[in-house]
Amino acid sequence: MSTVLDLPAEIGTHVTIRGLDKSFNGAVLYDNFNLDIPKGKIVSIFGPNGCGKSTLINMVSGLMPIDSGEVLFDGKTLDKTTIGYVFQNYRDALFPWMSSWDNIAYPLKRSGMSKEKVKARVDELVTLFEIKFNLNLYPYELSGGQMQTVSIMRALAPNPEILFLDEPFSALDFEMTLFIRAKLQEANLSTGVTMMIVSHDLEDAVFLADRILLLTRRPTRIAEYLTFDMAKPRSPESVSEAEFIKTKALALEIFQREMRA
Amino acid sequence: MNNKEHLQKLLPLIGPIALLLLWSLILEAKWVKPILLPPPGATLAYMADSFMSGAIFSDLFATIKRTFYAFAIATVLGVPLGIILGSNEKIYRSVEFLIDFFRSTPSSALIPLFMLIFGITDINKIAIAAFAAVLVILFNSAYGVMNAKKTRVNAAKTMGIPTRYIFKDVLLMESLPQTFVGLRMGVSMALVIVIVAEMFIGSENGLGHRIIDAQQVFNVKEMYSSILVTGALGYGLNLLFLISEKRIVHWGGKA
Repeated sequence: MSTVLDLPAEIGTHVTIRGLDKSFNGAVLYDNFNLDIPKGKIVSIFGPNGCGKSTLINMVSGLMPIDSGEVLFDGKTLDKTTIGYVFQNYRDALFPWMSSWDNIAYPLKRSGMSKEKVKARVDELVTLFEIKFNLNLYPYELSGGQMQTVSIMRALAPNPEILFLDEPFSALDFEMTLFIRAKLQEANLSTGVTMMIVSHDLEDAVFLADRILLLTRRPTRIAEYLTFDMAKPRSPESVSEAEFIKTKALALEIFQREMRA
Repeated sequence: MNNKEHLQKLLPLIGPIALLLLWSLILEAKWVKPILLPPPGATLAYMADSFMSGAIFSDLFATIKRTFYAFAIATVLGVPLGIILGSNEKIYRSVEFLIDFFRSTPSSALIPLFMLIFGITDINKIAIAAFAAVLVILFNSAYGVMNAKKTRVNAAKTMGIPTRYIFKDVLLMESLPQTFVGLRMGVSMALVIVIVAEMFIGSENGLGHRIIDAQQVFNVKEMYSSILVTGALGYGLNLLFLISEKRIVHWGGKA
């Protein structure tokens, strides 16, 4: 089994995943899997159905136990690391008994932050996300896009080092997808929070990505780990530019190759 | 349009009016002997009179008091126990059979047993009603916790919230809608058992006592009016719980 000691990471790496093993009922999903996530960058994860994209971020974020292996954040373990997680199903992730404002403030309050500091931090997020709806409403009184915005704000509230997003756009309409995509990009550029995004939409995956992680079928390996350094911030029009189209086509080609494999 | 809306609001009255009409019709057509069924008007008048004269209050309050005590005991025991059982599936599975067995046993079948233990006392009536209610309440609270949305618990985990706070802030709140269902069913169950106990465990007061006494001396007007009062009490309790449930568990069914 490899560790970061015998398989060192490049300078600028945030998360090191080494020798990761995971099986379900005897079926091997990950076997001695190694991956580096660069600090302050956005990594999009893309791959065939059932290859374990969500399982990967769930293991890294500690929601799912790993069979064996090592996951370190700047050399620290998970319990010494502040993380954020945005779920696909925002309706089930928000706390309906609290107002939207209290949802965002909840992790801050529980960490023992003073009332004034909590308010200041929530206000900061309100400005960053240009919130125009009433945060005193309960989550179930909001639209889907507003709910997902609130859950992203809640995940970002404690200033996490890394934000995990599991299909954050899949339940949103196109307009909200554009808005949230832009806001995630802004949050990443302004705070330097590292992001790992699972997406089933190739355009969303490429739009935000600094690196695109393409996975194979089970047992899951890295098919390609593309670098996409198109200038940021990217705009909705960026998706029509040659550079974008070229990378998207390349990713699609690799994806299809893996589908056939 | 407006007229239509007004008419819509009157729809719930149709059932009761139809029942009163049917009641009158049965008497008119002489399907039932008048000695077994008094006319609806006379029964309602008798009921109004028993309130005006205050004759019914001692029985009504005795029943309310017993139901309240039984329900209070059942809640104080049932909700915390249910939550503890629900958050530990292994413990729940090991006592699940007992809970389901006694929940399925009509509590009235246990009245003789409780008489052996508590004698023919008020405590007996309260104890058996509390026993019936506690199982329903416990079962629902436990299921409320067990069926808590996994995503909410996971969300709290990723925020680094300590386990005891996940329990208090998430699991407890998640179980509330189901707990309220249990409380509502529990209070109805307590009332049923209190009424039965008042009928058959030597009692000097209570609506159950009033009903069976009236039946023994063929005072049918008093019997029917007491039945109606008992029904109204049960309905009122249910309504009270529905309204407080809507207030407290405002997210129920919406999230």
